Amino acid sequence: MLDFSYTRARSADEARASVAAQQGTALLAGGTTLLDLAKCGVERPDSVIDISHLDGLSGIAVDGSGASIGALAKMSAVADHADIRDAFPAIALSLSLAASQQLRNMATIGGNLLQRTRCPYFRDPATFPDCNKRNPGSGCAAIGGVTRNHAVLGTSSHCIATYHGDLAVALAAFDAVVQTDRRDIAIDAFFLTPDDRPDRETVLEKAEMITGITIPASIAARQSTYLKVRDRQSYEFAAASAAIGLDLEDDGVTIRDLRVALGGIATKPWRARSIEAGLIGRAITPEIVTSASRLAVEGAVSQGGNHYKIELAPRVVARAILTVAASLNPDLNPALGETA
Amino acid sequence: MTRTIRLSLDINERRYELDVEPRVTLLDALRDHAGLTGTKKGCDQGQCGACTCHIDGQRVLSCLTLAAQAEGRRITTIEGIATANGDLHPVQLAFMEHDAFQCGYCTPGQIMSAVACIREGRTGSDDEIREYMSGNLCRCGAYNSIVAAVREAAEMADA
Repeated sequence: MLDFSYTRARSADEARASVAAQQGTALLAGGTTLLDLAKCGVERPDSVIDISHLDGLSGIAVDGSGASIGALAKMSAVADHADIRDAFPAIALSLSLAASQQLRNMATIGGNLLQRTRCPYFRDPATFPDCNKRNPGSGCAAIGGVTRNHAVLGTSSHCIATYHGDLAVALAAFDAVVQTDRRDIAIDAFFLTPDDRPDRETVLEKAEMITGITIPASIAARQSTYLKVRDRQSYEFAAASAAIGLDLEDDGVTIRDLRVALGGIATKPWRARSIEAGLIGRAITPEIVTSASRLAVEGAVSQGGNHYKIELAPRVVARAILTVAASLNPDLNPALGETA
Repeated sequence: MTRTIRLSLDINERRYELDVEPRVTLLDALRDHAGLTGTKKGCDQGQCGACTCHIDGQRVLSCLTLAAQAEGRRITTIEGIATANGDLHPVQLAFMEHDAFQCGYCTPGQIMSAVACIREGRTGSDDEIREYMSGNLCRCGAYNSIVAAVREAAEMADA
């Protein structure tokens, strides 16, 4: 049964000290993950430290060097921020296409990064005791089960759960940095693939707290999009998604810079550097974009039910790249319009 | 047994002193402790929107909010949007006008969400209304009428 004490933290230091001092203490920000998983029986905190009222951690600032976003900024505030929409459209879109407005008004940026997988086996301990994420060494009930929304990249024999967040995918494309109370962590290094320790999802240490994120400015980030393909039009997790940033040379066709990251198909936000390397310096055509986008699923492993993602993900990447290209150079439009 | 905590909640501009266990959600506090049963419990899991209410004017899900988190904040529920003399809110009138419900169970959440949606300026087109109302599920499928009601209420608010 859900049973915990509640304390409203007076400072971030006090909150961290409480977590360090006592096993079973959880930080509560927006609550959309913690309370949901507590009701599922996945999280069983003995005590909850509410940090949602703390001042000074919810700022959003954008200047020529990039964006700085406090850990307690709400998803909706970042999604609607005019400067974020200008300088980082993919970031704004990844947020506005996620969840619902009610959840976006509650959930914080720090909590969003730390959201847990939607793997139905993970979320149902009463029916499926076996889960290496919840209970290391117990096995994985998903492998051999219904796997339509499980990962095809970054999986191991211990876990195939997808990382379902959208924001982190856009952050991965644009080299964001996660700031904690003790260090700066590159977004690529922040998330872990499951390997033989699926219970470890990030490099955060005990009582380490995310304080904010920074995203360096770039032309590719300014010329970016987030394309999310899913089973219904809204309020659904991605079947496959792509964050794309693109810059073209002055000739309007040669690719100067490209950023690609994928969501909905991997155990962590998936930067696809092989696609970037394969396309930078080349003249953009639908054929080479479509062909290079196949590199997105290099090494993919199908579980059966999720096999469609291996076909879908490259198409999502190609469509996103060609959409941004057409917005940069309208002359490309007829050639790029019908493809992927 | 868990001890209770004393909360002082500002709901619909009235103060409620409630003794609840720390785990009690705002939804359960409203329904079971404050006697305000207009806010509905659907999934109790943050997926259906039936429990939507406003905190400091922003729409949120009361099933994923601890009552204790809402202390010191201004809470508005479906009971609090009509005027003191009983005149219904324009969104309530539009829902009646357009028959924007069948069983009615999701309706308080739909209306609270719609009031905020209009205030947010997210009613520029039917597509935008559908996108920004997507967190409120209607299992009867009254969506076309709901969109029509939100559109009309938004137009009236603009007029």
